[in-house]
Amino acid sequence: MIWELDLAILTLVVMAGIGAITVKDLLGAAILFGAYSFMMCLLWSIMGAVDVSFTEASVGAGVSTVFFVAAVFRTTRRTKD
Amino acid sequence: MKIIGLIIALVTGVLLIGATGDFPDWADPASPASTHLSPHFIEKTMEETSVPNIVTAVLADYRGYDTMYETAVIFTAGLACFILLRIFVREEPGDRLYRHLLTGVTVRVKEGMELPPSEDFERIDATWTPPDLIIKTVCRFLIPFIQLFALYVIAHGHHSPGGGFQGGVILGASIILLAISQDLRTSVRRLREKLDAVLCAVGVIIYAGTGALCLLLGLNFLDYSALASVLHCDPVTARSHGILIVEIGVGIAVMCTMIWIYNNVSSTGKYDEGL
Repeated sequence: MIWELDLAILTLVVMAGIGAITVKDLLGAAILFGAYSFMMCLLWSIMGAVDVSFTEASVGAGVSTVFFVAAVFRTTRRTKD
Repeated sequence: MKIIGLIIALVTGVLLIGATGDFPDWADPASPASTHLSPHFIEKTMEETSVPNIVTAVLADYRGYDTMYETAVIFTAGLACFILLRIFVREEPGDRLYRHLLTGVTVRVKEGMELPPSEDFERIDATWTPPDLIIKTVCRFLIPFIQLFALYVIAHGHHSPGGGFQGGVILGASIILLAISQDLRTSVRRLREKLDAVLCAVGVIIYAGTGALCLLLGLNFLDYSALASVLHCDPVTARSHGILIVEIGVGIAVMCTMIWIYNNVSSTGKYDEGL
């Protein structure tokens, strides 16, 4: 485990997580959530959990982002609050 | 309301962080998991199940009960999306648009009129824009390879990372890619809604049925070594094959659920042109 890489990815995870709940544009939030999932996937593979990382990449970063984009497309792009 | 939500989130966060204090340290060799469970799995998995990937063996064999209900949860999620979103509307009155497949000419059919039955016309919607030729062609080339990779992931879960969940999601994503690159009608024509829903349940039934078969053959639920007499092999190999059967069930259930959820969400339950 390279701790500099670990720290950099962990920072990006926190930034993407905070960004996903603060950004007003819901499509942007969906994309940021995808980025968050991808960073988590990198973090899992750094920790050696390759199976979890694979699941995170396919489910978290892949299909669930598509679901979010589809839901945003069919509802509204702006949050009410 | 926002303040209450914030307070609840903060209290839950503090409780969770407080609870992690009771956890054993990360990679602590004296923790119960490292002294009892992990050594057994690491040393005995190969001789008990002949599966080199310990994660797969733990997921589908030692902890098979948990994975069975995970599959059931995914099936329930698909069912919930269907019940909440699907609306069975009769054909709305008004003009309908058809496209002639060979020439690309769009035909507007007035209310009350019918096209003569023909394979050359495709129903399109007013808000629908035709997909770009490049995207369409590239996706058409890409989808078979994605599906082949997904089958590899399911079948090779014994030896490398992967298995039913990941492979099923990739298989589902390939059909979703077809729906995005063309339109929802094209993908639903390949995999009908009814077949999709039935396959969802079939995946779960394969898993639970394998467990029940073990029970019928005189051993515990999901103890795959009971399958040895059915598969004509020794109990260790039977456990390996049992894991494969179960992974296939998980793959089918997950694939169909992903497609089901996407179809319902992207067309708000109307099954028209989709995104």
